[in-house]
Amino acid sequence: MADTADTITGIECPVYLQYHFTAGRAPARFLTRIKEGVLSGQRCPRCSNVYIPPRGSCPACGVPTEEEVELPDKGTVQSFTVVAIPIPNNPIKPPFVVANLVLDGANISFIHLLSECENSEVRIGQRVQAVWKPREEWGYAMDNIRYFRPIDEPDVPVAQIGKLPVTGREG
Amino acid sequence: MSTLAAVVGIGQTQYKTRRGDVSIAGLVREAAVNALQDAGLEWDDIEAVILGKAPDMFEGVIMPESYLTDALGCNGKPMLRVHTAGSVGGSTALVAASHVQSGSFKRVLTVTFEKQSESNAMWALSTPQPFSVHLNAGAGGYFAPIIREYMRRSGAPRDVGIKVAVKDRLHGARNPLAHLQLPNITMQEVEESMMLWDPLRFLEACPSSDGACAMVIAAEELVHESPKPPAWIRGVAMRSEPTMYAGRDEVNPQAGRDCAADVYRQAGITDPRRDLDCAEVYVPFSWYEPMWLENLGFAAQGEGWKLTMAGATSLDEGGDIPWNCSGGVLSSNPIGASGMIRFAEAARQVRGDAGAHQVPGAKLALGHAYGGGAQFFAMWVVGADKP
Amino acid sequence: MQQIAIVAFSQSDCLARAGAANEVELIMPQLQAVYAQVGIDNAQDVDFVCSGSCDYLQGAAFAFVAGVDALGAVPPIKESHVEMDAAWALYEAVLKIRMGHADSALLYGFAKSSSGELPIVLSQQLDPYYLAPLWVDTVSLAALQARLLLESGLASERDMAEVVARSRRNALDNPHARLSGSVSVDELLAEDLFVSPLRRADCAPVADGAAAMIICTVEKAREWGVPYALLSGIDHRIETHNLGMRDLTDSVSTRLAARAAGVEDGPVEVAELYAPFSHQEIILSRALELGDDTRVNPSGGVFAGNLMMASGLSRVGEVFRRIAAGEIRRGVAHATSGPCLQHNLVAVLESAS
Repeated sequence: MADTADTITGIECPVYLQYHFTAGRAPARFLTRIKEGVLSGQRCPRCSNVYIPPRGSCPACGVPTEEEVELPDKGTVQSFTVVAIPIPNNPIKPPFVVANLVLDGANISFIHLLSECENSEVRIGQRVQAVWKPREEWGYAMDNIRYFRPIDEPDVPVAQIGKLPVTGREG
Repeated sequence: MSTLAAVVGIGQTQYKTRRGDVSIAGLVREAAVNALQDAGLEWDDIEAVILGKAPDMFEGVIMPESYLTDALGCNGKPMLRVHTAGSVGGSTALVAASHVQSGSFKRVLTVTFEKQSESNAMWALSTPQPFSVHLNAGAGGYFAPIIREYMRRSGAPRDVGIKVAVKDRLHGARNPLAHLQLPNITMQEVEESMMLWDPLRFLEACPSSDGACAMVIAAEELVHESPKPPAWIRGVAMRSEPTMYAGRDEVNPQAGRDCAADVYRQAGITDPRRDLDCAEVYVPFSWYEPMWLENLGFAAQGEGWKLTMAGATSLDEGGDIPWNCSGGVLSSNPIGASGMIRFAEAARQVRGDAGAHQVPGAKLALGHAYGGGAQFFAMWVVGADKP
Repeated sequence: MQQIAIVAFSQSDCLARAGAANEVELIMPQLQAVYAQVGIDNAQDVDFVCSGSCDYLQGAAFAFVAGVDALGAVPPIKESHVEMDAAWALYEAVLKIRMGHADSALLYGFAKSSSGELPIVLSQQLDPYYLAPLWVDTVSLAALQARLLLESGLASERDMAEVVARSRRNALDNPHARLSGSVSVDELLAEDLFVSPLRRADCAPVADGAAAMIICTVEKAREWGVPYALLSGIDHRIETHNLGMRDLTDSVSTRLAARAAGVEDGPVEVAELYAPFSHQEIILSRALELGDDTRVNPSGGVFAGNLMMASGLSRVGEVFRRIAAGEIRRGVAHATSGPCLQHNLVAVLESAS
């Protein structure tokens, strides 16, 4: 028997598996459009709510969504967190703000970065707009939008977050 | 009508960051053998095994029930594998109970586990996908904004989460199996711990643990064959809703409310705070205690934090409805087993077998688990008295 | 004990590659199809939902969570998931109905295994300390089993080819088949060996897709007013993972499950067997003690297309279809999981009249 100090209790055994991932028909359509700089959601034929990014169904009604709805790149902070730990393989330096954002005309939030702001001044209901990467860097990816930044519009009352028309605050 | 069933044996492992002394098979077997011993039974007394765990990617073993058949004495028996995200420990207990409650089996073994140290759980959860930004700040990054919204709605003071973090660790210090042993933890220490996902601090989040939990569930006619008092299953419920849909209340999910209403109705509970003696509730981040106090009907909307601050959920403060006397998920978190530990600890309480974290005279207890984006719920109520 | 009725079944075409479709898009058409068969609107109209899938086939943790988006689970529903073939979701749902907590249940299974290299992916199902690091793929393990069967004299390569020829011929009548046609045994035997002693034709073609089913109490089936089949027995057994300890030429767990499910209590007109490799159909037929009067895999079985995580449920569905249509009165369905038929489920279906 080996010394207990020398006892091996584990070995490194990396597993590499390669997948050809497909996002789905609806997400693929979304990604095709975002490559052109367009934010495209889908409307549920039953409850009329607009989903972005779309997944091909309305999760509440369980029916396929097909009607495309073009949305502006303005939205509202539904909630947020200030992250103090680095994300692996990501150049963003903590602390940074991750927010649940709802685009005008959409009825559901998605997660993105919030920047060009004092972290301590970020608040629920705050108005924001996308800051895009240079056009030549656009790909089939959500991070064509580098981050969102606050804009000079009055906050949205909490009860109206997720219910604004595509025309936004003034609609 | 369903057959009456009871928990007649409970087995757990030591929870810790890394159980390098055992293989995955050794870990599940340790919990299973402990449960059999507790039930005064042998392997041959078990008719079926129901296994649960969170994603296979946590250990890198696909459908591990295949490999664990031998360690769990299942050769020639039925073996079912449940996976319902973080609620899986609870769901697995419910599926195991249904084997007996359906009248199909007399006695089954159920086991859940996670051996997070054998893989990289953060990585397993964040395989890059093209349609979302790569902001995998972990589960904390997902739940922190929801907690912030709860704080806004309820107007709760900022130290509620700190109080829960201390309370559950003091409970955990009474439980020799708990992963974190912090008997001298203070509010100040939690407050000064690193802010990870504002408003969540390091000490307000659960640890990452290796561990397994097992139970033997028997039909009424066989309950007397086990020496210790049984925990009678008085109600079982599960509910699911989609991760995201327009108008979803993420702070107070309807699936949780509906699930609680269902399990209370079965157990004859009309006022959970009054009727239950204690509860083991899935609280991986401190603020989920006040949020679930409201979701589960222990407090009115916006009032959950007042129970926490008044010490109502603290064993040390002599609270009337102690929550997570075992230390809860904040003290030990082998993900796939965490839900079952809640169910098993509820059963330990009503069996009067919870050692230093026993609630004196506990007769009726709630076990609770949730998973995914707080969208999958599993609950049971167990009692000392036969219904 | 509560009698269980099967009232609806649908499966997708067996596609070599499902293209762009994601989980939700694969599942939804099958759900809509079974809803239509019983005349309901969505998952709100059943009491319980259970699905079967495997994260690793898609290469993403929680692959099944997206499946919930197909259900219309608002208000919330009673829902569960097994990391197994959906035949085991059926089993879980049967328990739920028997215990009186549901009168009806929706089941579905799905996979898009074309995303990865399935035989290699499944090698990680083996003992992680001794076997998985060897990367033994599923075809090679099946080949070891086939070799034992041939050497034992219980079957010949010609017998295996006959399984393939008959399955492909039967699949001509299966509108969802990925592979069908008339091919002679001699033609098959003339093909090159792939992983000896298996030829490519001995391996069922893997397919992307989904299947769904609705089961309920007999009272509920009458209320819906649809033809149904009785699920008179269902049982499943697993056996040791240690291949060296098993007699790979037999399937002990299938025998145990068949006895418990009551296969021998009546004639077996049709048997739909989940045999991903031709020699396994021979092993299963023997374990089930099927006679010459049983038609095995009239749908073509999984040689028409092996829908991972749904093929087991589809076998039950195929027998249901024939009973509901009045073609047969009694049949057996089988599902398998794990390397070399480690885990087997057997269901007996009967006509209600």
